[in-house]
Amino acid sequence: MLGQVETNDLGEVMQQIAEHKGCGTSSEGGKASCGSSTAPEDMAPEVWEKVKNHPCYSEEAHHHYARMHVAVAPACNIQCNYCNRKYDCANESRPGVVSEKLTPEQASKKVLAVASTIPQMTVLGIAGPGDPLANPEKTFKTFELIAKTAPDIKLCLSTNGLALPDHVETIKGFNVDHVTITINMVDPEVGQHIYPWIFWNHKRVTGIEAARILTERQMQGLEMLTAAGILCKVNSVMIPGINDKHLVEVNRAVKSRGAFLHNIMPLISAPEHGTVFGLNGQRGPTAQELKALQDECEGEMNMMRHCRQCRADAVGLLGEDRSAEFTTEKVMEMDIEYDAEGRRAYQQQVEKERQATVAAKEAELADLVQEFSDVKILIAVATKGHGRVNEHFGHAQEFQIYELSTEGSKFVGHRRVDLYCQGGYGEEDALPTVIRAINDCVAVFVAKIGGCPKDELKAAGIDPVDKYAHEFIEQSAVKYFKEYLGKIKSGEIVHSKRGDADIRQGAFIAA
Amino acid sequence: MAYKIISSQCTACSACEPECPNVAIYEKDGTFVINPKKCTECIGYFDDAQCVAVCPVDNTCVIDNSYPRYQAA
Repeated sequence: MLGQVETNDLGEVMQQIAEHKGCGTSSEGGKASCGSSTAPEDMAPEVWEKVKNHPCYSEEAHHHYARMHVAVAPACNIQCNYCNRKYDCANESRPGVVSEKLTPEQASKKVLAVASTIPQMTVLGIAGPGDPLANPEKTFKTFELIAKTAPDIKLCLSTNGLALPDHVETIKGFNVDHVTITINMVDPEVGQHIYPWIFWNHKRVTGIEAARILTERQMQGLEMLTAAGILCKVNSVMIPGINDKHLVEVNRAVKSRGAFLHNIMPLISAPEHGTVFGLNGQRGPTAQELKALQDECEGEMNMMRHCRQCRADAVGLLGEDRSAEFTTEKVMEMDIEYDAEGRRAYQQQVEKERQATVAAKEAELADLVQEFSDVKILIAVATKGHGRVNEHFGHAQEFQIYELSTEGSKFVGHRRVDLYCQGGYGEEDALPTVIRAINDCVAVFVAKIGGCPKDELKAAGIDPVDKYAHEFIEQSAVKYFKEYLGKIKSGEIVHSKRGDADIRQGAFIAA
Repeated sequence: MAYKIISSQCTACSACEPECPNVAIYEKDGTFVINPKKCTECIGYFDDAQCVAVCPVDNTCVIDNSYPRYQAA
């Protein structure tokens, strides 16, 4: 495999792969726009086929298509300082413990149950709660069963990379065409502060040596995936003071080895998680720090900003979790008939809806191109999916964040909040935390909002906007931005910079 | 003569089960247990006890003092 290829040939192989993919690396150090929110003009049709319905590989798809994870892989082969196995992994599978472990047979039945109930579920991932490749038998048995019964579902897996080089061939054999590797460093000096130990060749290896082996295996695995034509996303946890500056170097290293998409996620760290970082007071980044690093790396390659750091048993659209509907007990009682035809028909509808979303945005953008202004604003949106402003302010569990400029609208992130409203009346404590979470935004778009929170948002300098209820998000956002520029010109408002915002740290308490 | 798993600390992650050279580890009632009759403390196989080395919760796989230490034949 590629591990044996001379270094001189490596660039050539990567270039061939890049050309074959039509996206990824290029000799000028440029980037392709695939995988993120922009239009796929520069993407090869076969790559577009792979990512277009994958919510974790395409920002645009994540408004319309759902995914599920099955927790068949409890064992892990490394220890991370942001993870506490007693409560499960704090970053990769928030908010902690998976409800239940599944056998491959149970997982396969669960997939069929979800696919029948949620026809826009197009992707099955195995992400833990340990490392899928530290449980190869369970992981691959699950893939085998699902490929047999539901061949239209895309398979993917997420790994720390330590065992990856041993399994690339098997991964390819199961037609898994999306793999995510969590790479937090390419320098063992940095790595020793993130990984206390790895289990390697029947020994617990610690310190710099552990980080050196891990990074070598990760890079080798990534190169092998690229050579095998498997799309690879890299996840990195941003840990201020430890690897925040170093992640620019990680970005370059993974890009040059053919990674398709880079997802920089904030460290989630609180004492109650019981992690090393949680207990020693290591903080996570602020919203501004995270966005600045993502923006810095975006010049190099596609950045993923819609990751929800979901649990290893999550079900549904990103940002929603319907796993409680599909407990093993409920699934085993379900009488399931896999309706491939019905799923196809439903997905065709979703495709129409999605094209309408894009067309509406394009139309709205047409007369913005004549505008020249360096004003950039952020807006927050309450949505239940389908690319529309369709959630009540008080029912929102998260807000999607869009950046608006004369270049158009761009999805730049999301903020999770506890429910502000439960049972129809606003809770007094929750509102300030919602405001802190979207404090960097000029406006919040909602389907509906009560009088009280409306006034408090205004007092905080955030414009509560309900006039775009049930309209397309991006079309509305562009409309709003045009009005905003108009108001600046007429002197009605004065544009000023907003402050920073909080990324939520604590466990999810309001369900 | 054997290691034991402190069940209140075991996360049932199963990492130890396939590492045991003696196939002494099995799942029982939502936690993992070591059959002391089979455990050799990995003597004769590895320098370190595998269950201890791979376990994510420190001090969960420990020597069971109710048995005499294992002596290689």
